[in-house]
Amino acid sequence: MTTSTGPASGSAASGSAAPASPKLPALLPPGSSGAGWGGRFAAPVTFAVFGLADIALFGIHARGTATFAFNQEFAKATVPNLALPAAATCYACGALTLVLAALRLLIVLGWPATVATAVGRRGWRRLLLGLVLFCFVVALLAWSDGGQAIAFNVVDLLSGTFSDSIPLMLGALTGVICSRTGVINIAIEGQLLLGAFCAAIATSVTGSLWLGLVCGALAGSLVATLLAVFAIAYAVDQIVLGVVLNTLVLGLTGYLYNAIMIPFGNTLNNPATFTPVKIPLLGDIPIIGPVFFDATVFLYITYVALAGVHIGLFRTRWGLRTRAVGEHPVAADTVGIGVLAMRYRNVIASGLIAGIGGAYFTIGSVGSFGINMSSGEGYIALAAMIFGRYTPVGAVLAALLFGFTTQLQSILSSINVPIQSNLLLLAPYVVTIVVVAGLVGKVRGPRAEGVPYVKS
Amino acid sequence: MELELRGITKRFGSLVANDGISLAVAPGKVHALLGENGAGKSTLMNVLYGLLQPDEGEILINGTGVRLGSPKDAIAAGIGMVHQHFMLVPTFTVAENVTLGIEQAGWGGLLDARRTRSEVRELSHDYGLDVDPDALVEELPVGIQQRVEIIKALVRKADVLILDEPTAVLTPAETEELFRIIRQLTDRGTSVIFISHKLREVQAIADTITVLRRGAVVGERAPDATIDDLAALMVGRDVQLRVSKPPASPGRVVLDVAGLTVVGTDGQTCVDRMSFQVKAGEILGIAGVQGNGQTELCEALMGLRPTAGGAVTVDGEDLTTATPRRRLRSGVAYVPEDRTDDGLVGSFSVSENLILDTYDRKEFASPLLPGGPRNLRLPEIAKNAAERIAEFDVRTGSASTAAGTLSGGNQQKVILARELGREHRVLIASQPTRGLDVGSIEFVHRRIVSQRDHGVAVLIVSSELDEIYALADRIAVMYEGKITGFRDPDVAAAEVGRLMAGGADLTPGLTPTEPEPVATEPGPVAPEPEDAPEPEEKP
Amino acid sequence: MTEPAAPAREEAPGTEPSQHYPFGKIFSEALEANNVTVTVLALVAATVLGGILCAFTNPVVLHAPGAGAMIARAWDVASGTYVALFEGSVVNPHTLAALFQQASIPTAIHDGFLSAVFGPLSETAVAATPLILAGLAVALPYRAGLFNIGGQSQFIGGAIMAAWLGYAVNLPVFVHVVVCVLGGFAGGAVTGWVVGEVKARTGAHEVIVTIMLNYVMQYLLAYLLSSASLLQAPGSPNPITPPIASDAHLPLLAGSNLRINAGFLIALACAFGVWWLLNRTTTGFEFRAVGANPNASRVAGMNVERSWALAMLIGGGLAGLAGAAVIGGTDFTLNPQSYGTYGIDAITVALLGRGSPGGVVAAGLLFGALHAGSPGMQDVTGTPVQIVQVLQALIVLFVAAPPLIRTLFRLRATRAAARGAGTSGAAMSKGWNA
Repeated sequence: MTTSTGPASGSAASGSAAPASPKLPALLPPGSSGAGWGGRFAAPVTFAVFGLADIALFGIHARGTATFAFNQEFAKATVPNLALPAAATCYACGALTLVLAALRLLIVLGWPATVATAVGRRGWRRLLLGLVLFCFVVALLAWSDGGQAIAFNVVDLLSGTFSDSIPLMLGALTGVICSRTGVINIAIEGQLLLGAFCAAIATSVTGSLWLGLVCGALAGSLVATLLAVFAIAYAVDQIVLGVVLNTLVLGLTGYLYNAIMIPFGNTLNNPATFTPVKIPLLGDIPIIGPVFFDATVFLYITYVALAGVHIGLFRTRWGLRTRAVGEHPVAADTVGIGVLAMRYRNVIASGLIAGIGGAYFTIGSVGSFGINMSSGEGYIALAAMIFGRYTPVGAVLAALLFGFTTQLQSILSSINVPIQSNLLLLAPYVVTIVVVAGLVGKVRGPRAEGVPYVKS
Repeated sequence: MELELRGITKRFGSLVANDGISLAVAPGKVHALLGENGAGKSTLMNVLYGLLQPDEGEILINGTGVRLGSPKDAIAAGIGMVHQHFMLVPTFTVAENVTLGIEQAGWGGLLDARRTRSEVRELSHDYGLDVDPDALVEELPVGIQQRVEIIKALVRKADVLILDEPTAVLTPAETEELFRIIRQLTDRGTSVIFISHKLREVQAIADTITVLRRGAVVGERAPDATIDDLAALMVGRDVQLRVSKPPASPGRVVLDVAGLTVVGTDGQTCVDRMSFQVKAGEILGIAGVQGNGQTELCEALMGLRPTAGGAVTVDGEDLTTATPRRRLRSGVAYVPEDRTDDGLVGSFSVSENLILDTYDRKEFASPLLPGGPRNLRLPEIAKNAAERIAEFDVRTGSASTAAGTLSGGNQQKVILARELGREHRVLIASQPTRGLDVGSIEFVHRRIVSQRDHGVAVLIVSSELDEIYALADRIAVMYEGKITGFRDPDVAAAEVGRLMAGGADLTPGLTPTEPEPVATEPGPVAPEPEDAPEPEEKP
Repeated sequence: MTEPAAPAREEAPGTEPSQHYPFGKIFSEALEANNVTVTVLALVAATVLGGILCAFTNPVVLHAPGAGAMIARAWDVASGTYVALFEGSVVNPHTLAALFQQASIPTAIHDGFLSAVFGPLSETAVAATPLILAGLAVALPYRAGLFNIGGQSQFIGGAIMAAWLGYAVNLPVFVHVVVCVLGGFAGGAVTGWVVGEVKARTGAHEVIVTIMLNYVMQYLLAYLLSSASLLQAPGSPNPITPPIASDAHLPLLAGSNLRINAGFLIALACAFGVWWLLNRTTTGFEFRAVGANPNASRVAGMNVERSWALAMLIGGGLAGLAGAAVIGGTDFTLNPQSYGTYGIDAITVALLGRGSPGGVVAAGLLFGALHAGSPGMQDVTGTPVQIVQVLQALIVLFVAAPPLIRTLFRLRATRAAARGAGTSGAAMSKGWNA
C-alpha cells in the first residue's frame, strides 16, 4: 500500500499474493490463443505480396544492367563481377517467389499429403521464408544498381552489416541470458551506452585498448548490477526499472561528457581504436574471408559469445539450471537450486557482454564518445531477442537482419538510388510489430520472466 | 527406512492445522493418509518434506530424531515427494528434469547428455517405469509426468516416497498403472505415503490407513475396513452447521443446462456433456472433489470460458454464447470461487465493489452527452453502499475502506450484497464459504436459503460435503466432468462420498442423463465403464 | 483519488504499544505510512546525489588544495547549481530588485521589468506543458494496467497533424487553433489506439509494440520532412515544415514578453479531465477496475480488451496534444528535433506522480522547472544541463523502491507498510507474458 496507488496494487491490498493461477488462459481475450493475424493463410499471402513487389515495384522500373562486385580492394584472390540484366533478374526473383508462395499454400492446405509433411517441417518453412527474403533483396539490388555506372559491392554490404551489428548482437545475447533466467532486461540500451563511455575514457587515460575493453564490459555489468538489485531485492517492476536505468545512463553520460570530456577532450575522449585483424588463410577466401574473418577483435568476441551462450545455455549444467530458474523457479527451488543467487549472477555477468558491445561504439569503430551514441540500439536488441525466439542463434540472426537494413540503406543512399531511405529504415520495425503480434500464443518467453521470486 | 512422526503440531495463527499427529511408516509398506480437503494432510507432508517447521513434535528416522529445515535436508534424509502440482519444468526433457540439480557434468560444466539419458533409461526400465528420456515433459500425458516425478525422487535415492493426491489428475487406467508402480517400489523396500481422499483407492493400495479429520488423527484402519466405516471416519458422522430450513417448494425450471461440454486449454475435456436443471425455489448442490471440472463449469455458465457444446438457458432465454455482461443482466447472480481474484477489486473501496457490475446502470450513472462517458452518481453510490453494508452487516471501517483489507467473511458479504442486491432469478455460488469462520458461514448459508425461499433458483458448487448437506434440496455429484448421480440430502454421507470418489451409481433410476452403469468390476480400483477414457472429441 | 493511504489504521488494535515509543519514532511512523514521505525523501536523496555528482566533476573542486578546501568548494558548486536552477525556474532576486528600483510601477511594467520577474515561472509553465500532457498519456493507460512507453510516437503523430493543419489549411482565426489542437489529439490518438488494438486482438505486449512504433513514427516523420511533396518546406534543403500560420498559434496568456500560452491551460484542463474521467465516470471506473484486477472486471461483465484499446486511444491523444502544444505554443514548425526526449520524460513524470493526475501536474511542474532552469544554470555555474536528466532518473529510481529509501534514511517500516511494500512490489511486476 505504501509503494503505489497504481493499477496493480489492488491485489496487493487484498493480501493475496496469488500464484499464477491455472485458470489464467481461460480469461485471455477470445481469439488470442488463435494464430494471430490472418490465420494460417498469413504466410502464403505474405509470400505472394513479396513476389508481386519484386515484379511490380522493381521489375517494371528496372533499367539496364546491374553489376555486382564481390571483391574488396587489394584482395589476393578475386571473383569476377557479376553483370545481370536488371529487369529480367527482378522478374525471375518475383516468379520464384510466387512459386514459393504456391508451395507454402500447399503446405497450409496439407496437399499433397506426402509433400506437405516432407516440406512442412519447421526447418523447411524457415528455408522458404529465407529464400523469399533473399529474392526480395536481390530484386531490390538489381533494380537499384540497374543502369548505374558503379558496381554494387556485395562484400562491403555484408562486412558492414557484420561489424555494425556487433552491439545489436551482443546486446541481444545479454537479453537472452537475462530472459532465460527470468529477468526482463530493458536496460540493454543503458549497458551499451555506459560501456561505450567507459571504454572511451579508460582507453584514453591508460592508452590500453584491452583495458578499455575490460572497463567497457565492467560498465555494462555495473548497470546490470543496479538492474539485479532493484529487480530482485526490491521487486521493482522490471520494465519500469529498465526504462529508468536507461534514462539515468543517458543523463549521466551526457552530463559527464559535457562536464569532463569536453574540457579534457584530449586526455579523456581521445581513444585509439582496434584495427581489423585478418585471420591467416581464412581471411583470404574470396567473399567469405572479408566478411567473416577480416574484422576487429569485437567480431571474434561476438563469435565466441554466441558460441558460448548457445553451448552454455543448452549444453551445460549452468544453462540447464538457468533455464529452470526462468521457467519454473519453484521447481528449481525444490531441487536445491538457489533461485535468487542464480538470477543475480546471471544478470550481472551478462552485463559484461552488453558492455563489450557498447565498447565497440567507441574503441571499435568511431573512436571518441558522443552523447546518446547507442541511439536506441539496445531497444532494437531487445526486439531482436524476441524476434529470435529467445534463442542465442535466433537473436543474433535477427540482430543481423536489423543491421542489414541499416547498412543497405546507407549504401543505397550513397549511390543515389531513388529510394526513400527512411522508409527502408522503418520497415524492420513494422515487421517486428507484425511478427510479435503474430507470434503471441506460439512463442512464449520463459514463463517466469519478469516475475520476482518471493518465497512463501 | 523406518519413519516415525511423533506428536506433530503445526499452527497458523489461531488455526491448528496439525494437532499432535503421530504415525509410523514401516519399510516397504504403503501408508495411506485419508482425509477431506483441509484435514491437514498437506500441512503434515510439508512438515515432513522440510517446507514447514513443526511447532511441536519430532520426526524420527530409524529411531533417531532429525531436523528437516529445507527440502534439501529431506532429500538428503531419503525422503522424496511427488507434489500434487508437479514440480517439472515443462520445456525440459524427461532426462533434464530428472537430473536437474544433481547433474553430472564434465569439463566446463558440459553435460553428458548421452550418459544421463542412458542412466535415466536404465533406472526407469529397472522400475518398470518406461519413459522416453528425450521426450519433452509438456508433451507427455499427466500420468507419464507423474512417473517422471517418481523417477526424480528415486534418482535421489528416496527411501520414503510421499505421493500427494497422486490420483487427482489421473484417469482410472493411469491410476491402475500407478498402483502397479507403487507395488513394485514397495517390493524393493521403499515406503510410500499415499495421500488421498478417495476411499476405494486407499483401500486398494494401502497397507495401513490413517484417517485425519480437522488436523487430528481420528483413527487407524486396516485396508479391509468397510467403505462405510472409512467414510464415516473421514466425513464425520455429525454434519455440522445444518441450517434449519423449511422444505423446498420448487416451481418452474429456471436454469437449464443441457449437454454442456467444456474443453480446457490443455485440450482435455473438463466438463463432459453435463445436463441438469435448477427450478425456482430450490437449491441444487453440486458435490465433488475439487478439480473435477467444477471451476470450469461455473466459468462456462458465466460466459468466462468458451463452451464446446451444449446449451445454457435461463427462463427459456438462450445464453449459451452470451457475454458475461448479458448473463448478469439476464438475472444471473454469481459468487465466484476465488473471492480475491475474481470477486473483488482489492484496491477498490467497499462502495465501489458494491457496484462493480451495476456501475453503468441508470441509478448509478447519468449520461452527460449521448454516447459519451457517463457521470457516476456519487450520492446514489454512497447511499447504495450504506444500505448494503447495513443489510448484510459488513464489518468495515467505512464505505471507502479498500475491500482487500477486509476479512474473508466480510469480503464475501460484500460480494453477496452486490450480487443479491440486483434483480436476479438464478444464484450461482461456487465454494461460497471457503476459508470463512463459523459465524460467516452461518450468515452466508442463511442468506442462500432465504434466496431459495424467495423463489430464486440456486446452484451451489462446493467440495465441502457438510455445506452441500446443509444447503442442498437435491445433490448432484460431479466426478471427472460428469454427474455420477443425483441424490436427496437424506442419503448417507458415505454414499455421496462414494460417488465423489468415482463410485458407481447403484440407483440408476435417479440419473436422468447418464446411461445405466454396469456392475462394479472386481478390479482393485474399480474404474467404472462410463469413466473409462473416451476418444477425445474435436471441439 | 479514492485509495486510502493509511493501511496502518486497518491493523488490529493493540499491536502498537505506543506509550513505549519515543516521539521521534511515532512521528516517523506516522509519516512513512504515507506515500508523500517516500516521495519527499526520494527527492532529498536524488538532490544530494546530484549535488555530489556536479560538485565532484567540477574542475574548480577537483583542483582544490586540500580536503577542507575541496569540501568548501564542493558545497559552493552544488549549492550554486541548485540556486541557479531555482533562479532560472521560479524567481530571480535580481529581477525582483530591479523591478522595485523603478520609479513607478506602471512604467516598470511597460518597460518589461515585471515580465522579467515572471519570466522564469513562465518558462517553467511552458516547459511543464508537454511534460504534463505526455505524463498524463502514460498515467491514464497505467491506471488501466498498460505501460505506455510510446509517448514519443504519439507525440509525433499529434505534432504531424497539428503542424500540417497549421500551415496547409486556411481557417478563421479562432477556429484554426482549435482545429490544430483537435488534430493533434486525433493524430496521437490513432497512434496510441493501434497499440491498444494490437494488444486487445493478439495479446502482443504493449511495451514492445510501443517501442517499435516509436521508431516507425520517427522514421515516418523523417520521411515526411524530407519529401518536398509532403511536409517539407518548399525550397528548404532542411527537413523542416513551413511555419504554421499565426492564427494557428496558441494564444499567449501574459503579454508578448512571456512565452506562457494557452497550452498550459490545456494541460491543466486535461489533468482535470483525466481526473474526472478516472474518478467520476463509468469509463474511468472500468479503466481502474481493469487495471487493478482484470479477472474480477471480466467476471463483473466488463470488456477488458475494449478498455485497453480505449485507454491507449485517449492516452495517445493526450501525447498528441503535447505535440500540438509544442508546435502551436513555442516551436511553430516541425523538425526532427521537435519530439526531444518527451517520450522518456513522460514516463518519469507519470511515475513520480504515481499515476494520479494531480501528481502528474506536480511532477510535470517540478521537472518543467528543472528543464526551464537548466540553461541558465549551465551559463552561470558551468554545470551541464544533463544533470536534470540524472536528477529525474534518480528521483524515479528512489520512488520506485520504497524499501531502499527506508534503508537509506533508517526508517523502521511498520508491519503493515512492510507487508504492503513487499506484496505490492511483487504485484506491480506483472512479467512479460501475463
